[in-house]
Amino acid sequence: MAPLLELKDVSARYGPVAALHGVSLTVDAGEIVAILGANGAGKTTTLRAVSGTVRRDGDVVFAGKRLGRMGPEGTARAGIAHVPEGRGIFAELTVWENLRMGAYMRRGRPNFSTVLEYFPWLDARRNQQAGTLSGGEQQMLALARAFLQRPRLLMLDEPSLGLAPLVTREVFRVVSDLNHKEGLAVLVVEQNAAIALGAAQRAYVLETGNVALSGTAEQLKSDDAVRSAYLGY
Amino acid sequence: MQQFFQALMAGLADGAIFASLALALVLIYKATEVINFAQGEMAMFTTYIAYALLTHPHFGHTLSYWPAFFMTLVIAFVFGVGLQRVVIKPLEKASVLTVVMATIALLVILNGLAAWIWSPELKFFPSPFPTSTWVIGGVHISKQDTGTFGVTLACVFVLWLFFRFTKLGLAMRAGAVNPVAARLLGVRTSWLLALGWGFAAVLGAVSGMMSAPTNFLSPSMMQAVLIFAFASAVLGGLESPVGAVAGGLGLGVLLSMLGTYVHPVTPELRLPVALLILLVVLLIKPAGLFGRVVVRRV
Repeated sequence: MAPLLELKDVSARYGPVAALHGVSLTVDAGEIVAILGANGAGKTTTLRAVSGTVRRDGDVVFAGKRLGRMGPEGTARAGIAHVPEGRGIFAELTVWENLRMGAYMRRGRPNFSTVLEYFPWLDARRNQQAGTLSGGEQQMLALARAFLQRPRLLMLDEPSLGLAPLVTREVFRVVSDLNHKEGLAVLVVEQNAAIALGAAQRAYVLETGNVALSGTAEQLKSDDAVRSAYLGY
Repeated sequence: MQQFFQALMAGLADGAIFASLALALVLIYKATEVINFAQGEMAMFTTYIAYALLTHPHFGHTLSYWPAFFMTLVIAFVFGVGLQRVVIKPLEKASVLTVVMATIALLVILNGLAAWIWSPELKFFPSPFPTSTWVIGGVHISKQDTGTFGVTLACVFVLWLFFRFTKLGLAMRAGAVNPVAARLLGVRTSWLLALGWGFAAVLGAVSGMMSAPTNFLSPSMMQAVLIFAFASAVLGGLESPVGAVAGGLGLGVLLSMLGTYVHPVTPELRLPVALLILLVVLLIKPAGLFGRVVVRRV
């Protein structure tokens, strides 16, 4: 079966600075795939190249269709939800308004009941300004909002950034839940390799804009280079 | 007492005109951080269009006031959207300064164009309101002032309803806060910016049509109003729509009271006083009365 998402030799640059040099990777339907790597390895740029927030060269094929240069709004409409670095919530709007924005592309009155099953606490906080939520709550709100997009693929950029370990674990628990119960495919960029490899089935390790290693989570966990560089034992 | 209420109503009527133009400025500033210097001339230009609808026979007859008024709002909307698409959209990736320069160019072009089409001399512009007054408890209340205030604030209110209760309005607010995140949710922000220009042009048209009966129609009629609107917007905080409206009304009433009770403040001194207020606000509370100082967590 053809993969849900396939990057073929994708490169991207910020002005004169090349950030990706021909990255190829795949995500199958229903799979959680992690992208690991150090700062500046090109993890964030890989997600941006898919969603069209940075100009890319090379092919991105999603659900059998080549994604053209359609910009982020086109990618979102094709069925990819991208929670960017820093979560991208609308700080001045209320929690509920943020959620309504998640359903922006859907016609008619959105149905919030499923999302409230996964994030029940949102209901009581609906009129709170999103910027006043804690970091973990903002990350959860971003996840809930992305889920309301009804995507076929969810891309998460460093969900653990700035969060306490317990909160990070909770975020990944919800991501795994969405994956198991809703069959949502996830491509997650993470510095915290241990937790990412715990949730993912497969992973890619990026180094200076190239795929240095790839394999199943089990293979990578037992790889000596990965262990010393990213897992720290 | 009589004098006070007269000054208050005249101030609120003037203030409503400042407020709607100030709100137009804030609408565009909040979404793009661009001060649209052409806002006043856009308002002037659309007021001339209203004048043309009222005085030149179209298809054999001229329009009466309210049909012409609403038709002008529609034309202003299309005009605003069109300007954004043709002049501002191509500068999408340019710096804010470049776009501001483009709006200044637009100011000069529209001013010249209006003088060329309609001649630069002052024209009389009709008012939909009678010049008579209501007498309530011995106090004369001008119907003209009340009408100006009412119509302008009604337009502002309709716009508020749109932003507060519609999906598109919500998307415009979201796009102003975080355009990239909005695009990632499928919002076509580029078109929403055009929509913002359309609404700003409508607000301008309202303020132009409401100010023309007392200030007469001329290519330079909105230049002073634009400065008052700047002062109002800065007073309220450039990022705050509520602040722009409150700032406009406050400035209108303040100027009217000063003109009534403080002897040396003649009409010639209105502009300098407004600019003085602008300066003082910038010195004491740069974020404006309703603005918030932007603090970013690092």
